Amino acid sequence: MSIRILAVDDSPTMRGLIGAALTPSGFDVRFAEDGIDGLERLPEADPDLVITDINMPRLDGFGVIEGVRSDPTYGSLPVLVLTTESGEELKTRARKAGATGWIVKPFDDARLVSVINRVLGV
Amino acid sequence: MSGLDELRISFFQECEDLLDSLGEGLRAMSDLAAAGNVDDDIETVHAVFRAVHSIKGGAGAFGLDDLVTFAHLFETVLDEMRGGKVGITVDAMHVLLRAGDMLSDLVACARDGVTPDCERMGQLLAELDALVDGAGGGIDDAPFEFVPTIVSVEAIETIDIVEVAPETGLGASNYSIRFAPKGELYGTGNEPLALFRALQQLGDLTVQADVESVPLLSDFDPSEPRLRWTLTLATEATREEIEAVFEFVADVAELGIEALPDPGKRPDGGDTPQDRTHADAAPLRDKAQPFSGDPPPAADIDETHATEATSEPAADEPQAGLPEPARSAGPGSPSATPSSAAAPATIRVNLDRVDRLINLIGELVIMEAMLSQAIESAGLASDSDVSNGLDGIKQLASGIQESVMAIRAQPLKPVFQRMHRIIREAADATGKQVRLVTVGETTEVDKTVIERLVDPLTHMIRNSVDHGLEDAAGRAASGKPETGTITLSAAHRSGRVIIEVSDDGAGINRERVRRIAEDKGLVAPGTALTAGEIDNLLFTPGFSSKDEVSALSGRGVGLDVVRREIQALGGRVTIQSAAGEGTTFTIALPLTLAVLEGMLVEFGGEMMVLPLSAILETLRPSSATIHAIGRTGRVVANRGELIPIIDLADAFGVAEPGEPEERDVLLLVECEAGRRAALAVDVIHDQRQVVIKSLEENYGVIPGISAATILGDGRIALIVDPEEIIASAGLDTATPQLAANE
Repeated sequence: MSIRILAVDDSPTMRGLIGAALTPSGFDVRFAEDGIDGLERLPEADPDLVITDINMPRLDGFGVIEGVRSDPTYGSLPVLVLTTESGEELKTRARKAGATGWIVKPFDDARLVSVINRVLGV
Repeated sequence: MSGLDELRISFFQECEDLLDSLGEGLRAMSDLAAAGNVDDDIETVHAVFRAVHSIKGGAGAFGLDDLVTFAHLFETVLDEMRGGKVGITVDAMHVLLRAGDMLSDLVACARDGVTPDCERMGQLLAELDALVDGAGGGIDDAPFEFVPTIVSVEAIETIDIVEVAPETGLGASNYSIRFAPKGELYGTGNEPLALFRALQQLGDLTVQADVESVPLLSDFDPSEPRLRWTLTLATEATREEIEAVFEFVADVAELGIEALPDPGKRPDGGDTPQDRTHADAAPLRDKAQPFSGDPPPAADIDETHATEATSEPAADEPQAGLPEPARSAGPGSPSATPSSAAAPATIRVNLDRVDRLINLIGELVIMEAMLSQAIESAGLASDSDVSNGLDGIKQLASGIQESVMAIRAQPLKPVFQRMHRIIREAADATGKQVRLVTVGETTEVDKTVIERLVDPLTHMIRNSVDHGLEDAAGRAASGKPETGTITLSAAHRSGRVIIEVSDDGAGINRERVRRIAEDKGLVAPGTALTAGEIDNLLFTPGFSSKDEVSALSGRGVGLDVVRREIQALGGRVTIQSAAGEGTTFTIALPLTLAVLEGMLVEFGGEMMVLPLSAILETLRPSSATIHAIGRTGRVVANRGELIPIIDLADAFGVAEPGEPEERDVLLLVECEAGRRAALAVDVIHDQRQVVIKSLEENYGVIPGISAATILGDGRIALIVDPEEIIASAGLDTATPQLAANE
């Protein structure tokens, strides 16, 4: 069975790019449009890994991470933060919230795939 | 690759929305800055930041470097603002507003593959930079790139070893890796096993678990990290590649990577580095906190929801965060559109499909009218079941018609928002201080109308700034605030959309307007003109009221063009002015271009429709007021003016021989530049809404006819274009001169 990814990003463009990067490598990618949408889709998507943007309306990426971590079923799910911000401060915040790792936009398709594989140990 | 092209297109579509909310947010910030209470709405700053940030994100993916560079600095300033490091001042907002314009231009340049204005971009970059520098933290000091560093003592020592025995990358090397996760690691979704598997892909891996400090089950605390590992990796990979595996855990684990000088040698437990690991592990254990990534209690999450949602009006509803209630707000209710409301769910539909639907509805309305006549002529009673059924269908059809029209209807907001920029540029160009107030921007108008409103509105706004408003000194002298106000308002009034552009300037200087018109030969000197007639001279082609041609609005394009454009939309533009108080231009537009409010007339046995918007009044004059001029010409005296009469039957060549020579039902119409004429017909039948059917597609352009419609009885009626009728009648003289000739 293919690895399932839940990608949370408010930008349709970014969602498209994530899909275009991962689908050819055999990932099953589901999408959510903001943090709240992402947390709500969690049970239905039942992902192996979550990729989330940071700056989103309604609930930002930090909120997504915290929401995942507090979920009894998905608490230990790997969550990768996808962001253009490469500052130390943001990573510290993401890490504090429980992020597994981060990918800096614009990302390289191959790198995105290899990071996911590494985090999942496949 | 077409997939990427599609993404690119969708990116630019997304950019349009983002730029809209950016502009809106920046103006809100600007207003708050002017009012001095910026702290009231930090959510606006967040929203503005998000917009710039998303543009930058997409731009990076498509390699749009100019856009990324500019958006990055823009975003940095906004970030500093929301962090309180850069003040949200009036001056700063002035820079940001212009930066917003620049960003918009850069997006357009990137989309169209045009080279941007580098000079302007450079200057704005410098200004943005100055904002950040002014805060004490120069942009160069900002943390740019994250460089992973390993902070354990071993790591520093291994660097020394590297210097002694540099890795050549030739052949396999052996590495000893000591890995001691901190408690936090387990709260981040990182899994040691996954890391080991990743290492395994680099070469031969031996894993040794150190379970020494794992306590008895009775003393076991799952939040305390007790496991450590020593791994030996024989690999051709470089140290960097190994470190990359630990990229995400460098800060939540003790890590030591050491190149072993002798590939054959395995680290044994008594080795010095091993001791050091233990020594490090001891304080580590003492410091071990419960997971900092510990799941926060559910209440915290709810709080986050509430904070994030406060900008939405429904935030106090428990389900405010859920998409369902937001979606149920629905796009169908044009009245319920407060600007701060959650955006209703939308779909993008090809306009052709909507147009096809509108055409079908038009057919339906016609069919229904034909059916109605058939029922009548069949002699069925009006309370018969068939008639009642038809009434029901009529109601449904008109309901469907309205709903479909509503699909094409869009709020004027995007157009109005573009005017903010026009105002800013006009203000900069003239050195005047101008404020734009918009009212009723949620008013909905047909999409086609909206698109064609941009040019005339732009021109009117520029005209108001340039000619309407006085300069600061002039305003001060007449006791007005130095900043002039231009109000752009929209409202629905009796089935039409009324858009007003008003300024609080000096009003029209009628003496000067008359003088200019006389100098340019537009009116004969000494002509008796009412105030309204003088004002209307502004719409005359070739009129330019500024003594010198100004750089801004005097580019040979006059208000006559505005009038023509509005009339092409089936609308009218009028002007009111009061000395010292200002000038108001009023545009009245039809709600849609698919349906026309028309007057059904008959002449020479033909039924035709005249657009109601062109008709000023209808007359049935006594023969005494009609005068013959020349051989064939006739004029009618009306309110002190002599107005030429055009016989429509003659104009269309449908006059039948032997019929009464003179038709005496007159429709007074006014066209471009105030030209008036009285169109003579036999009978006025009715005033009704007709569905416009284009003739151009099938028959090409027909002089004097703009389109056609189908009447209730199935007959086709042509829609007359009064503009062309007057033009082809050769009545080139303006009405005021006619009056003078009297």
